[in-house]
Amino acid sequence: MALKPGDLRNIAHLARLHIEDDSIDRYADDLSSILELVDQMNRVDSSGVKPLANPLDATQRLRDDEVTEIDEREKFQQLAPDVEQGLYRVPRVIE
Amino acid sequence: MARSITEIRDGLTQGKYSSVEITQDYLDRIEQHNPALNCFISVTPEIALQQAGEADRAIADGNIQALTGVPLAHKDLFCTDGVRTSCGSRILDNFVAPYDATVIENFKKAGAVMLGKTNMDEFAMGSSNENSYYGNVANPWDLNRVPGGSSGGSAAVIAAGLAPGSTGTDTGGSIRQPAALCGVTGIKPTYGRVSRYGMVAFASSLDQAGPFAQSAEDCALLLQTMAGFDRRDSTSAEESVPDFSADLNHPIEGLKIGLPKEYFGDGLDSQLAATIEAAITELRKLGAEFCDISLPNANLSIPVYYVIAMAECSSNLSRFDGVRFGHRCDNPRDLEDLYKRSRGEGFGDEVKRRIMIGTYALSAGYYDAYYLKAQQLRRMIKDDYQKAFTEVDLILGPTTPEVAFAIGAKTDDPVSMYLQDIYTISLNLAGLPGISLPVGFVDSMPVGMQLIGNYFDEARLLNTAHCYQQVSDWHLQRPQAFA
Repeated sequence: MALKPGDLRNIAHLARLHIEDDSIDRYADDLSSILELVDQMNRVDSSGVKPLANPLDATQRLRDDEVTEIDEREKFQQLAPDVEQGLYRVPRVIE
Repeated sequence: MARSITEIRDGLTQGKYSSVEITQDYLDRIEQHNPALNCFISVTPEIALQQAGEADRAIADGNIQALTGVPLAHKDLFCTDGVRTSCGSRILDNFVAPYDATVIENFKKAGAVMLGKTNMDEFAMGSSNENSYYGNVANPWDLNRVPGGSSGGSAAVIAAGLAPGSTGTDTGGSIRQPAALCGVTGIKPTYGRVSRYGMVAFASSLDQAGPFAQSAEDCALLLQTMAGFDRRDSTSAEESVPDFSADLNHPIEGLKIGLPKEYFGDGLDSQLAATIEAAITELRKLGAEFCDISLPNANLSIPVYYVIAMAECSSNLSRFDGVRFGHRCDNPRDLEDLYKRSRGEGFGDEVKRRIMIGTYALSAGYYDAYYLKAQQLRRMIKDDYQKAFTEVDLILGPTTPEVAFAIGAKTDDPVSMYLQDIYTISLNLAGLPGISLPVGFVDSMPVGMQLIGNYFDEARLLNTAHCYQQVSDWHLQRPQAFA
């Protein structure tokens, strides 16, 4: 299926990716050729086959609800672009 | 200098040289050759020499662990406490990991020395190492060709003798394909065999770590340290780990090996096919028995893989938001602008393509047609293998359809690049282990052969590869420029 520039802009928005205007057509073409490859899947009838999510068909391992990690906020926040009083700063969201 | 890990271990314990001496040798070689190859994103000489000094003191005290004093290089995708972990991406260019991956922790406990962090395709997305923010890696056999990817740096350091062992990760072939293209040995274990904790996630149901080295014997030593259950990885397998070195010399007489007809059809270079045939003849002389098998859904592997891998990557990479760590754009207008421009500036082309395909495949109205369909076909691919393994012990085929291609040859056509992984990708979908080992040359470039095993049967892969390497010397050949 061929994606139009409008489709590409919509996908980029959903993915929260800024794409330069002059790259929109190129990405739309690239993605369309990938989707063409992916459409080969439709040649095969898979009705009734149980989807496989984990290659070993493993299920989620559970553990007791006990605290196992220590608080390392200061260490982790050293990596952040902008922090104040232990909080991550971002542009104002609510006016 | 092409010392094996086994040789280095013996040399260190027998006092032929110290870890500091051998580590300095490798650091000197890296300084000399890395500018031409670009194998490393970060070289860590201070850490290496400090760890080597500690190793020498441990050896003097008789406190020798599995890899005490052995220098290794790690793919820049494993978190290393206090050392930049870039994953080949601008978005993590300033990311100094605050903890060690389990794999790194295991190597520290085993006494290994870290030389540095190797170059890779950004977020392990690529088959040529051309998608790195830090530039492409050259193939040591021909500097104008690619080393393969995504673990291109880790494969090239072995070929060029810049480290005797290294780590990689394999989501669709990222250990086996560069191992083949660089003429080294690399193994992707069973999904869940090695902990994913502290690996930057690409596609969580496919990602698996493994080692590169000159030989299967050395890979066995490295895998021994890497493997094992880890409660910090929710998909870690609760399976006991055998002694991978113990059965290396077990005779392979009577071993049943299947040859999938789908792996020897159109698309395989004819000279490369002849090289694989010659290796089959050698294995036959060792007593292995061959039969033809079929993996009828093998041709679906690439489309299925690209839906699943891209869907999982779009979800995994949503964590890179410019808020808690990594690149943030200048002067964001609002929160949405901060997300969009930080990610737009931080990610390269291929990563953006994959995030967008994954986002599309998971979006409302398309989930059943893409993701669910791919998961159904994934089970059919796995079932083909399970059926085959009722008849054979191992499966054999080429690792790649052709030898290393020229830098730039496939960069304009993402789909032609994806086809490079045609023989490796189905193992990740099924979760099976595979090893690539060198079996000859075409056009003066190395050819890799792939052996595929049943779940948790890495020991048999290593055993078979080792037996072949006892009667061949392809794995000992080195590019002249780096001899």
